Amino acid sequence: MAAPEISRAAGAGNRADPPALPTGRTIELLLLVFSVVIVTSALVLVEANQEQELTPTLLYVGLAYLVVLGLAHLAVRRFAPYADPLILPSVGLLNGLGLVMIHRLDLADADRAALLGQDPPDSLVFRQILWTALGLALFIAVLWRVKDHRTLARYGFTCGLAGLVLLALPGVLPSSISEVNGAKLWIRIGGAGIQPGEFAKILLIIFFSAYLVQKRDLFAGAGRRFLGMELPRARDLAPLLVAWGLSVVILVFERDLGSSLLIFGMVLVLLYAATERVSWLVIGLSIFAVGAFIAYQLFGHVQVRVEVWLDPFTDYDNRGYQIAQALFGLGTGGVGGTGLGAGRPDLVPFAESDFIFSSLGEELGLIGLASILIVYLVLITRGLRSALAVRDNFGKLLATGLAFSVALQCFVVIGGVTKLIPLTGLTLPFLSYGGSSLLANYALVALLLRISNAARAPLTRRPAAPAVPIADAGTELVPRPTQGPGA
Amino acid sequence: MPELVLQLTRAGFLALLWLFVLVALRVVRSDLYAASGLRAVLPGGGRVTARSGRSRTPRQLIVTQGPLAGTRITLDARPILIGRADDSTLKLDDDYASTRHARISRQGEEWYVEDLGSTNGTYLDRAKVTGPTRVPLGAPVRIGKTVIELRS
Repeated sequence: MAAPEISRAAGAGNRADPPALPTGRTIELLLLVFSVVIVTSALVLVEANQEQELTPTLLYVGLAYLVVLGLAHLAVRRFAPYADPLILPSVGLLNGLGLVMIHRLDLADADRAALLGQDPPDSLVFRQILWTALGLALFIAVLWRVKDHRTLARYGFTCGLAGLVLLALPGVLPSSISEVNGAKLWIRIGGAGIQPGEFAKILLIIFFSAYLVQKRDLFAGAGRRFLGMELPRARDLAPLLVAWGLSVVILVFERDLGSSLLIFGMVLVLLYAATERVSWLVIGLSIFAVGAFIAYQLFGHVQVRVEVWLDPFTDYDNRGYQIAQALFGLGTGGVGGTGLGAGRPDLVPFAESDFIFSSLGEELGLIGLASILIVYLVLITRGLRSALAVRDNFGKLLATGLAFSVALQCFVVIGGVTKLIPLTGLTLPFLSYGGSSLLANYALVALLLRISNAARAPLTRRPAAPAVPIADAGTELVPRPTQGPGA
Repeated sequence: MPELVLQLTRAGFLALLWLFVLVALRVVRSDLYAASGLRAVLPGGGRVTARSGRSRTPRQLIVTQGPLAGTRITLDARPILIGRADDSTLKLDDDYASTRHARISRQGEEWYVEDLGSTNGTYLDRAKVTGPTRVPLGAPVRIGKTVIELRS
């Protein structure tokens, strides 16, 4: 064989390593500081508009928030140095705005109680701050414990089982423990309660991603062609039907429209992402339509939601009150909003949890809401981008599922509040009041950062073989290769 | 709070929110053009490599067909070994490829492919590669079931 004259030694030696690529950690830190500045000024505005005393304490609160987020940032630096720089600041901004809004609603509630001569109600914001701290601790713990997202694939079935148990638990527990406002999705012991369904969501995403990666070929198997689509074989429909059955069971036993919608949508999207077949979407959406129709016929609480959605003003004083008030709030806000702390978002029942979007809409207006939506959009697209860039299939599906679950949740909640779709009662990730939701979403974001770290980290190449001419090379012991050379 | 101050702070806060969005979108833009699997190169910083010669020099090797389709390898001065061996730069899992099948290496500004005595041969655009052959940009190099190309 005629070896070409290639100056291999010179080529390998003269060339410096390519310049280190930016990890994005500095940008992340700057954006984090920026988000804390925004949150602190929001707090100052609320206090000023609510005629509270402006004290340096407000700045200390802002600094404390910066320190807590800074700890998360340090954890990212330590455990996932190449992670996406935009995810954590977006989360910090959303969570901070949520805290400020909850505090603002607390002030309004305290005002009203004082007016009526009652004791001021419990302050929700302190609990939420506690949950935020716990959430960030969980975030750091997940980043620390999950060194490589691919290990999660091994626990796929365990996660699936745990998810199912968590999901089913409130349904079988007695109503005294599990029922709040007509939906049985809590486990309440003493004063504190958690919604296990929020965690079940993540576990089920892990399970379905692991399962679909294992059985991917099965679902891509050829079936009959119909109207230009490849239909999957009938027996491959099983997981979709299982997910459908699961969401129906949640709907019946836990009366939770939101979670059932979320789980079904998630499985559908994962199936579509794994097989790239439009037919899954068509089949999924049609059995969703069937399920929705049957649920409407059978269950009173679904009918109520639909009636209220069609016209909240026919039953304004009673069932339509909440959504009608939210619409009035959004209308009052208009394009520019009333200014933070200057509106009356507390007139909407559950303004701090399900309806925080309308509260923000009233005080920030369309302009402010649009910016919040874009922050969500940035968060979601960064998740999906990590899914595109990561090299293993499990990571791709996991990131798609996690990012999509945030997207679907936003759509369902915001759509419900703005009367685009019937109201379902999910929480808006990071903004709404709710400990379980916050904890679960921080764990979710930690997993997304882990995947984006894998996607952006430079490839670890084996060091190139030392370019010593073969005649000069010394003898050395090399380990026997694990598999014999072929061909 | 006086009305004027209220209005000013209200607008100022919205401006602040949008400033955050714009900064975030600027960061998004900086790696918008990096395709899947490629690392972001920020405009302005880090463009120390390449660019010295003509823009027609190959910068990456792309697998266009075969099980590894879509894989990209950024070219530097080091030769690229292709085969089933574990230490290959592009490790193929293909019964039609040999352990050490072919090498693509740089000579000056040009890239050459040579067959390393494979069983089934290496083809450059239908012609069997016998000695070191120059690989033009975009010309398909077939190795077993895999087809690779050089791109600028």
